[in-house]
Amino acid sequence: MTELLHEPDLALHVEDLTVSYHGKPVLWDIDLDVPPGVMAAIVGPNGAGKSTLIKSILGLVPSVAGHVTLHGLPYRKARRRVGYVPQRSSVDWDFPTTALDVVMMGLYGRLGWLRRPGSRERHQAREALTLVGMQEFAERQISQLSGGQQQRVFLARALVQQADVYFLDEPMAGVDATTERAIVEILRRLRDQGKTVIVVHHDLQTVRSYFDWMLILNVRVIAQGRVEDIYTAEHLRRAYGGQIALLDNVTDSTRVSDAATLESESLQ
Amino acid sequence: MSPAEWLSDYTLQNVAIGAALLGLVSGVLGSFAVLRKQSLLGDTLSHAALPGICLGFIMSGGRHLGSLLAGALFTGALAALAMLWLTRMSRLKTDAALGITLSVFFAIGVVLLTHIQGSNNASQGGLDAFLFGQAAATLRSDLWIMAGVTAIAMLLVTALWKEFKLVSFDPQYAACIGMPVVLLEAVLTVMIALAVVVGLQMVGVVLMAAMIIAPAVAARQWTHRLEHMVILAALFGIFGGVCGAVISALGPGLATGPLIILSLSVVVIISLLLAPGRGFVWEILKLRSDRRALRHQKVLTTLYHVACQHEDRSYRFDQGMIDIYHGTNTRNALQRLADRDWVRLQTPPPGEPVSAPQWVLTDSGIDEAERLLRYPAEEAAS
Repeated sequence: MTELLHEPDLALHVEDLTVSYHGKPVLWDIDLDVPPGVMAAIVGPNGAGKSTLIKSILGLVPSVAGHVTLHGLPYRKARRRVGYVPQRSSVDWDFPTTALDVVMMGLYGRLGWLRRPGSRERHQAREALTLVGMQEFAERQISQLSGGQQQRVFLARALVQQADVYFLDEPMAGVDATTERAIVEILRRLRDQGKTVIVVHHDLQTVRSYFDWMLILNVRVIAQGRVEDIYTAEHLRRAYGGQIALLDNVTDSTRVSDAATLESESLQ
Repeated sequence: MSPAEWLSDYTLQNVAIGAALLGLVSGVLGSFAVLRKQSLLGDTLSHAALPGICLGFIMSGGRHLGSLLAGALFTGALAALAMLWLTRMSRLKTDAALGITLSVFFAIGVVLLTHIQGSNNASQGGLDAFLFGQAAATLRSDLWIMAGVTAIAMLLVTALWKEFKLVSFDPQYAACIGMPVVLLEAVLTVMIALAVVVGLQMVGVVLMAAMIIAPAVAARQWTHRLEHMVILAALFGIFGGVCGAVISALGPGLATGPLIILSLSVVVIISLLLAPGRGFVWEILKLRSDRRALRHQKVLTTLYHVACQHEDRSYRFDQGMIDIYHGTNTRNALQRLADRDWVRLQTPPPGEPVSAPQWVLTDSGIDEAERLLRYPAEEAAS
């Protein structure tokens, strides 16, 4: 390899990333390091640029400045090692295809031009569907699946890529509790295999029980690091401003209370 | 004309083969256009071809098909680029961008057309045939062009099947795994432009869009697989083309292009109405049966609740009382429940003030009611 590896010890390394939309900065000077083998949450208020961050890392949104490496390689060269689960609402689920077919799309990149997916690919896709508990729905038309089931199909499509770094854009948005638990379980298993999982997450209540690494984002990076160091009232207030009332209670309860009590506090 | 004469009729042969080729290519490519929410792309491209046809005429000084089609392709591509540019660079949504591009290019085309017609050029006759199509003018040499375009389209769709599929379903993911999304979309668009241009002669600028949309929309109704949809759309396209050609040959003065579109429309209407699962009639029937099932469940759970209140599993209900409670006649509903052995009619024992038979929940009815009350949403959905 002629290219010098840049921060090869980090699963994800982002330097000075800036993205603008219609002349306004959506992401400003993002520096971000994620070590391998963690489950990282990206949190922040609406419009903080959480999805944009993932998309610009994956080269789907052009960046004004900055560079990104995954395990030391630029994204172009690390493509095979990256799995992506877009937001469920980003596609039309009335498309005429089956769950199994969608999962097989995860193998298209490896197949390359002119080659059709065969029985080996079908077998791999079935295995991925089994992992997410959807084996019975393999031949189901995707519009007949519930929201949670559609999300699992998307997850299976990323799993079949057998990547090292996974990016998930709000995988828990609008899914039922069973699916949410199943997704977290699968992501944990990936992490335990040494893979890196990076999730845009909208639910502050569950961050501490699900994740071990986090990035608090609001156009700029507010804080990043291990969840137990970063999940503080001060950081959240800086990201969310006055948007959430629960923050005053967070300081006292940060280390002791679990997600459930936080939730009840936020309701008061 | 006897059938044998029919088959050997030179013009009819040309027209039928041409229409079938056109139906085939536009059915296949139209499937992708419709799924990519670009149904109107064909419309824009065909309208935008008009200025190109006129320019081709002016430049070559006559009605040479080659130069007319080259001009049509040129302005069509220009319109497609303008459309892409508008959606990418401005806040216009695709439908608005298509609409604006279509009307601007068509207006230029009409201006050029009237200018040519006003210039008293002897060879300008028939140029306005491109507006509504003139299938009878199809020559053998035109068929070769159409066959060529069709062959290229078939080859591309077969070779790039999985790429086209993924780009149509989830372009972001396609880009993420390294597919050249812009290039693939451009290939699809150019192929549609080619199909439109070769179809112009046949069905004309105004109706060409239907050629792209109709077979795909009809095919989508009957299947849940992209493979089947594309094949069906191709078959519908061929069917519409041949039908239109044959019907127009039946009588003098019947225009082929509009008849092709009308034949396709019949297929579309039948598909929209009758296709199992997605058809209109099917949906109405399903809706009604769902509603009825819900009403029956409602009656059953009411009986269960009242029986619970009275702490009497074999509590007897008057028909009239249930009717009043639900505000409607529940005789049918109860009859259905009785058919499934969830309730039964019981004659009251002698000495009771009423003598009419009364309804009683059965054991299986109680089980069913308890199951419904546990999972109400699921039952309503299934």
